[in-house]
Amino acid sequence: MEPILDVKSITMDFGGLRALDRLDLDVQKGEIVALIGPNGAGKTTFFNCITGLYSPTRGDILITPPGKKTERINGLKPNHVTERGLARTFQNIRLFQNMTVLENVMIGRHCRTRTGVAGAMLRLKSAREEEQTIVDHSRAILERIGLSQFVNDLSKNLPYGAQRRLEIARAMATDPFLLLLDEPAAGMNAQETRELDNLIKKICDEDGISILLIEHDMKLVMSLSDRIFVMDYGRKIAQGTPEEIKNDPEVIKAYLGEDPDA
Amino acid sequence: MLTFAEIKRSVLVSLWFMFLTFPIMVVRVNPIEEVVEWRWRNLIVIGAGSFALSFVWRYMMARKEAGLKRKEAGGEKAPLVRRIMDRPRLSRSIVGLVVAFVCVFPFLFSTYQVTIMSTALIYVMLGLGLNIVIGLAGLLDLGYVAFYAVGAYSYALLNFHFGVGFWIALPLGGLLGALFGVLLGFPVLRLRGDYLAIVTLGFGEIIRLILENWNEFSFGPSGIAGISRPGFFGIDMSLNTATIYVYFVLIGLVILTVFFVNRLQNSRIGRAWVALREDEIACQAMGIDKTKTKLTAFALGATWAGMAGVVFAAKTTFINPASFTFLESAIILSIVVLGGMGSIPGVILGALVLILLPEYLRAFSDYRMILFGATLVLMMVFRPQGLITGVRRVYRFQGDNGRNES
Ligand SMILES: Nc1ncnc2c1ncn2[C@@H]1O[C@H](COP(=O)(O)OP(=O)(O)O)[C@@H](O)[C@H]1O
Ligand SMILES: [Mg+2]
Repeated sequence: MEPILDVKSITMDFGGLRALDRLDLDVQKGEIVALIGPNGAGKTTFFNCITGLYSPTRGDILITPPGKKTERINGLKPNHVTERGLARTFQNIRLFQNMTVLENVMIGRHCRTRTGVAGAMLRLKSAREEEQTIVDHSRAILERIGLSQFVNDLSKNLPYGAQRRLEIARAMATDPFLLLLDEPAAGMNAQETRELDNLIKKICDEDGISILLIEHDMKLVMSLSDRIFVMDYGRKIAQGTPEEIKNDPEVIKAYLGEDPDA
Repeated sequence: MLTFAEIKRSVLVSLWFMFLTFPIMVVRVNPIEEVVEWRWRNLIVIGAGSFALSFVWRYMMARKEAGLKRKEAGGEKAPLVRRIMDRPRLSRSIVGLVVAFVCVFPFLFSTYQVTIMSTALIYVMLGLGLNIVIGLAGLLDLGYVAFYAVGAYSYALLNFHFGVGFWIALPLGGLLGALFGVLLGFPVLRLRGDYLAIVTLGFGEIIRLILENWNEFSFGPSGIAGISRPGFFGIDMSLNTATIYVYFVLIGLVILTVFFVNRLQNSRIGRAWVALREDEIACQAMGIDKTKTKLTAFALGATWAGMAGVVFAAKTTFINPASFTFLESAIILSIVVLGGMGSIPGVILGALVLILLPEYLRAFSDYRMILFGATLVLMMVFRPQGLITGVRRVYRFQGDNGRNES
């Protein structure tokens, strides 16, 4: 079967700096895949290339949405990538701070709805109905992610862990087939991390959304992932199941040599 | 509390002010009698005045800080508008009073007052339009007056050459405004913040300079006179009646504007504008087309400026490029910022305050602009969010009340 995301030999240069160097990565349907590596390895850059924020220097990014044909998405605008079913969260939280929690999720529905200026000004029947479905759908997502007690709070007033989960809720609202999570557990305490672990499993099993995540918390990574990719200096240094990665000498070297904390 | 340290600080402030103003306020050279006058009384007045003011200033600052602390502690009071909206009886009676006042206003006051009020209403329209661009979509547009000019000149020229009436020109002016909004929007799509501000400022000046110099087209600085007032089934009206009529036309347009802007604001499109303002990158990553969203904001904002321009031309019956200088853009911007970005009642109040205040301050003729400037500075220091804070819509759900309170 085709992988739903197939990245082939992708390279990204920033002037003289090669942030990604001929990187290959694939995600199969229903998988949870982790991408790990020391700080500055190029993980976030990789996400930015896939989601259209950066246009990679060389290489191919192929996606195969369920029931659709394979498509090359290099250089597509971010909103078009999202429309095709890839949604992401950000390492440094990027919520719409002065909007309510519900409105943040409602924004996620934007690309799945149609109401235009005229419909909104005249409040046509179709517009009203669509608005209601947006509210209902968003609210259901918040319920699932466990944020319903915050519905009408401004997102900037949320506790940190809840903000991270709201980013996930917002991404879910775009109906993705692949969810890209950039360090979702960063700054969470042990309890919150455990909840996140369950949440991600639930999203994958129940909603059938595949997941690609960047994470430093090794316990979380080992517990969640079906497969792990390890990168350093923009290059892939290892790939395999959690068991294989744990014992890989290259990985141990990269981690102990560069970043003793991790 | 009067501590010694506070008094010392105020003394220092007043000494500093006395020193600074000494050359202009105290010394006066009388060249005819060749003597120097020493006006020591002024020095005392300034000393005492700045001493007192510095206390007021510090009191306000302390209050502001206390407010911020309360906010951090989470004990923030709900904004006034939210509190009023939560009490339907109160808000309904407020609306009732305003409606009654608006209806009887032109019959209680002189034609002059009605004219001033009509001017203020034009600025309400302009403010609400610019509020879409700046308050909601967060695009700092300093050339907004250009669209106002487009509206005014489109009516003036259509009326002059083809005798087109007000009611036909009104939607046309709006459309032309929107067209120019898109024209300006395209080249500035990639710009944000200060860069956007500078380019739009340039655009505003270009339109004004074209109007000023292209004599064959726009009659240059001498402008266009004798523009028809709004018609009412061809009935002839006295100047007084016509003024009142324009007033009511404007009231109608303002109500329409509020109605539409309010609907837009709480729609899919309005949310996209706010999201764009909050975080452009996240907004795109959520599947929002940045280009389209920015262009609709520019176009819709410009539509209202265009219509306001048509009304302006019809109201004054004479226009020339001097009415469309950068100062106008600055005033409209101040209305939005002072009133409260993204808040419809805020912008209305802002327009009324900023346009009516200078008129009623005429009594203090010499000090009018100083008072006006000082009001603005103080507002921005002590209430940067504007007179009325914009509130986000609250969605209520069935069986939700208990949970909301917990
Ligand atoms: N927009 C950019 N311009 C220049 N250099 C960048 C840019 N984005 C990332 N980099 C560089 O690419 C490298 C990888 O960064 P990043 O992808 O953020 O690492 P990670 O997420 O793995 O910690 C870093 O050296 C960073 O400085
Ligand atoms: Mg990173």
